[in-house]
Amino acid sequence: MLPTPDTSHVSFDTIYEPSEDSYLFLDTLSSASESKWLHERFQHDPSPVTTKPTPLVVEVGTGSGVVLGFVAAHAHEIFGRRDVLTLGTDVNRNACLATRETVVTAVQEAQRQQSSTGQSESDSDSGASKSRTPHISSLTADLCSPLRPGCVDVLLFNPPYVPTDDLPRLPSAEENQSAATESTSRSAKFESDSFFLSLTYAGGVDGMETTNRLLDAIPEVLEPSRGVAYVLLCKQNRPEEVMDRIHGWRGGWRAEIAGSSGMQAGWEKLVIVRIWRG
Amino acid sequence: MKVITANFVTCAVKECKTAQTSFPLHFHDAELEQQELDFQPEFIRNILPRVDWEALRVTANELGFPSIPESKPEGEALDNEQTLRDLHRLLLETHVAEGKLVCGNCGHQYMIKEGIANFLLPSHLV
Repeated sequence: MLPTPDTSHVSFDTIYEPSEDSYLFLDTLSSASESKWLHERFQHDPSPVTTKPTPLVVEVGTGSGVVLGFVAAHAHEIFGRRDVLTLGTDVNRNACLATRETVVTAVQEAQRQQSSTGQSESDSDSGASKSRTPHISSLTADLCSPLRPGCVDVLLFNPPYVPTDDLPRLPSAEENQSAATESTSRSAKFESDSFFLSLTYAGGVDGMETTNRLLDAIPEVLEPSRGVAYVLLCKQNRPEEVMDRIHGWRGGWRAEIAGSSGMQAGWEKLVIVRIWRG
Repeated sequence: MKVITANFVTCAVKECKTAQTSFPLHFHDAELEQQELDFQPEFIRNILPRVDWEALRVTANELGFPSIPESKPEGEALDNEQTLRDLHRLLLETHVAEGKLVCGNCGHQYMIKEGIANFLLPSHLV
């Protein structure tokens, strides 16, 4: 099993603490079947005729950054190449700061492990064997809103999926600045912390309001030929219906369950759906 | 925020997505930092196919990197180590720590603080 990134520097006052759903992401992406699928799509081929350019991996709603850090640190095991660019977005600026540290630390740690064990299996495969996966940025943003259409090769989303009566509004740019300062009163801080935490789990009707907005953005933001998205759903989100809907998108879209956990009365509690153009 | 980011982002305002002038966003008052990263020529060669060169030239100019080639290096030019080193430095080692990204279409300014750009919109633009 590949090591989980360290998130001990993260304050969970406003940031989602890595939980069963986060770990399902790590297990799914590094599973033998899924990494085989991803290798076929992204593995670097040194022949100059078929060069596959460096993939851009984007996680939306990074929280602590544990998922993106894992992917960055273990890009070679997951994609068959180390030259992967990572970018994260989150509506919470604190989460962006936390993510940057988690990813950078995870990559450094993986490098240290690699050099201390004298691992050399990949020294000949691409010439990029020692390179670090660069985390190009963490952006404070709503979902994929600042991303250029067609630029994302791998999109990861562990949404706020819990059905709730109300969907929390999006924070404003200014709110994020004041949330980062310490000068607020205790009750104001509590209110602000609760608001930011609610954004990590509260999904509105069927727990799908935010996920639906992300799904709508997928055809535009994914790279047209090799782009793939992984979206986590819980049972109350009705994954089968969501997948049927994706199959109905124009342009030959496919959706399959790539990983699941927590069987309850014959149903998986959580699933990760892979979405791509077949 | 590494400079290459500017090649992947655009204005968050929906109406700007289709406007050509919304890409690339323009750096204003940028404070740069250099963070050393192992130079891997293969890495730069693999990134280049996906770089929008015209946009990168605009960005490089705004950040005071005037020396990038007029057209994207191809063929033998990819064996020129100095060219690849210059690109490595610009794309992966140069960070924008403070400043703004400004949309050429709507004029909205996205603030960058401690290397984190803020793309959340004020409510009247959502």
